[in-house]
Amino acid sequence: MSETRVQLIERLKKIAHRMRVHILNMTYWANSGHPGGSMSATDIVATLYFHQMKHDPQNPKWADRDRFVLSKGHCTPVLYAALAEAGYIPVEELKTFRQVNSRLQGHPNLLKCPGVEASTGTLGQGLSMAVGMALAAKLDQKPWRVYCMLGDGESQEGQIWEAAMSAAHYKLDNLVAILDWNKFQIDGAVENVMNIMPMLDKFKAFGWNVAEIDGHDYNQILDVLEKAESSGQRPFFIQANTSKGKGVSFTQDKGDYHGRALTKEEMQRAMTELGEKFG
Amino acid sequence: MRNLGSLEQPKPVGPLKVGDAKAMRDAYGETLVALGAKDKNVVVLDADLSGSTKTGLFAKKFPDRFFNFGIAEQNMLGAATGLALSGKTVFASTFAMFATTRALDQFRNALAFSKANVKVVVTHAGLMTGPDGASHQSLEDLAVARTLPNLTVIAPADAVETSQVIELAARERGPFYVRLVREKTPLLYDEKYRFKLGKASVLQDGRDLMVFAIGPMVAEALKARGLLKAQGFDIGVVNTASIKPFDAQTVVKYAKRDGFLFTVEDHSVLGGLGSVVCEVLAREQPAYVYRHGTHDLFGESGESKPLYKKYELDAEGIALHVKKALTYKQKVLRR
Repeated sequence: MSETRVQLIERLKKIAHRMRVHILNMTYWANSGHPGGSMSATDIVATLYFHQMKHDPQNPKWADRDRFVLSKGHCTPVLYAALAEAGYIPVEELKTFRQVNSRLQGHPNLLKCPGVEASTGTLGQGLSMAVGMALAAKLDQKPWRVYCMLGDGESQEGQIWEAAMSAAHYKLDNLVAILDWNKFQIDGAVENVMNIMPMLDKFKAFGWNVAEIDGHDYNQILDVLEKAESSGQRPFFIQANTSKGKGVSFTQDKGDYHGRALTKEEMQRAMTELGEKFG
Repeated sequence: MRNLGSLEQPKPVGPLKVGDAKAMRDAYGETLVALGAKDKNVVVLDADLSGSTKTGLFAKKFPDRFFNFGIAEQNMLGAATGLALSGKTVFASTFAMFATTRALDQFRNALAFSKANVKVVVTHAGLMTGPDGASHQSLEDLAVARTLPNLTVIAPADAVETSQVIELAARERGPFYVRLVREKTPLLYDEKYRFKLGKASVLQDGRDLMVFAIGPMVAEALKARGLLKAQGFDIGVVNTASIKPFDAQTVVKYAKRDGFLFTVEDHSVLGGLGSVVCEVLAREQPAYVYRHGTHDLFGESGESKPLYKKYELDAEGIALHVKKALTYKQKVLRR
C-alpha cells in the first residue's frame, strides 16, 4: 500500500524528531558543534534523505544515487543524524562525534564517513563541488540529481556567486540549492553582520528558477522539491525560511546556539520538552 | 560560446630532436588531445586562459568535455573536485599563481583533502612568465603545493618529459600539481626517456659539483656546464622534476660523495627545491648546500631572457653562482 501524504508527513516528522534529539545529544557529548543551524535544517534534510533522494545506505557509492552536499559544513550534526537514521552509520557511533579517531569529524570528511558526499568546512565551497557533480551527471546523461544546502552567512562568500553563475551557464537543471535562511551567523544577525538579502532576486538575476518556502512546513518542502525536478534548463534555488534552533522553545530563533552545545540544565529542559529521557 | 582565447594552432613540424625548442604547454595540449581520444572519461577545465595553457587544443577537439569556468579559479577547482568525485579524470588549468594562491583554499580543502582525481596543470610559472610582471609570476607555488597533503608535485624539464608526466597523471588516481613554463625550452630527452615518479634523472655526472635543477633550469644548467667546462670546471646536472615524492636517495648519494651540493630553481629558495634538498640532508646526510633561485622577492616585467639575465638564472648566471659556490666549498670543506 502506498503511503498517503498525511502518513508520509507523520513519518518524516517522527524521523526529524529523532534527528533533533541526536543533534542535541551529539553536540552535548562533544561539548561543541553547531546545534542551532542543524536544527533549522532538520526538516528539509529529513525530507531529502527519507523521501526525495534515491540512495542506498547498503551501497553508499551506488553510481546513480542522488547527491547531498552540505555546503554549510559546520552543521555536521544534522548530516550525521540523517546518516545514522538511514543506516549508513550506527546510531551508537554518534557518541564519537568530534572525538579523536572518530569517523564523525567536526566538519564532513568523505574519506572517513560513508554517505558523506563532499568534504566541506571552509564556507562557500560546497556549491562549486555540487556544480561539478551535476556536470558529471549531464555528461553521462544520467538522471541522478544534486541537492546542495547553503548557509545564509555562507552566502557572503564570493565563491557562492561564481558557482551560481556557472550552474546557470551550464544549464544545470539537475541541481537544487536550498538556502537555510535561519537569519543568524556567529557574530549575530545576518542582516547586521552583512546583509545578504534579497536572495531570491539575486539567484533569479543569476539565471536560476527560484522559490520561497517555510522550511518547517512539510507540505511546502515536498511540493517545492517536486517542482524543482522539472526546472527546464535552469538550476533551482529554494529560500527556506527557517528558525535557528527549531524544535526546542528556548533555543528557537536565537543566535546564541549557533556554535555551542547546551549546558546540562538546558539539556534537561530540552529533553523534557521533547518528551525524551536525559542522562 | 566558449571562449578559446587567442588559440594558436601548433605549426606542423617534423620529428623533433634533442636540442630543438618546444614549449611544455604545447606538449601538454597535444597530450591532452591524445588522452581525450583514448579515454572518454577525461574532462578538461580552464579559467579563461585556454589559449595560453593550451587546453584550447582539447576544447576544439572535444567541446562537450571541455568546460570554461571564466575568470573564477576558486569555482573551477571546486567543480573539478565535484566532477572527479563523480568518476571523471579531470585536468584543470590556469597560471601557476592563480591555482596555488588565488584558489589555495579550494585546492587544499576541496581538492587535496578529498584526494580528488584532479590534475592541476599550470603554466606561466616562475619568472619565465615574462612581461606580465610580478602579479602573474609565481615564485612560491612549489612551496605552497608541496605542503598540501595527498598531492603529487612535478615540474618537468622539457616537452618530452611533460608529455610523459601528463600521461602518468592520467593513469594514476589522485591529485597532481604539474608546473609548466611559458617559453619554448630545449628538448633534453628523446622518446626513449622514461619519467619515473619519485626518481631524479642524472643527466651528467661532474667531478667538482653536482647541480640539482628543476624545470627550465635544467637546460640552463646544462648550458652552464658547457661554459664552465671551457674554464676548466666539471659540474654534473641532475633533473629533480619529481618534487613530491622526492628522490632523497640520489641527493644523499652525492652529498655523501661531495659534501656540498648546488640547487637552482626558477622559484623562491624559500620552500622550493633548495628547501627540499636541505630537508633531506638535515635528516640523512648533513652537507653544505648552495641554493640559487630568487631570494624573498617579487618579480617584475621584462622578457624572459633579460629577466633571467638580471636574476642570474640563465646559463651565465648559473655559471657565476657555481663558481661562487666552488670558492665557498673550498673554504668550508678545508676547515
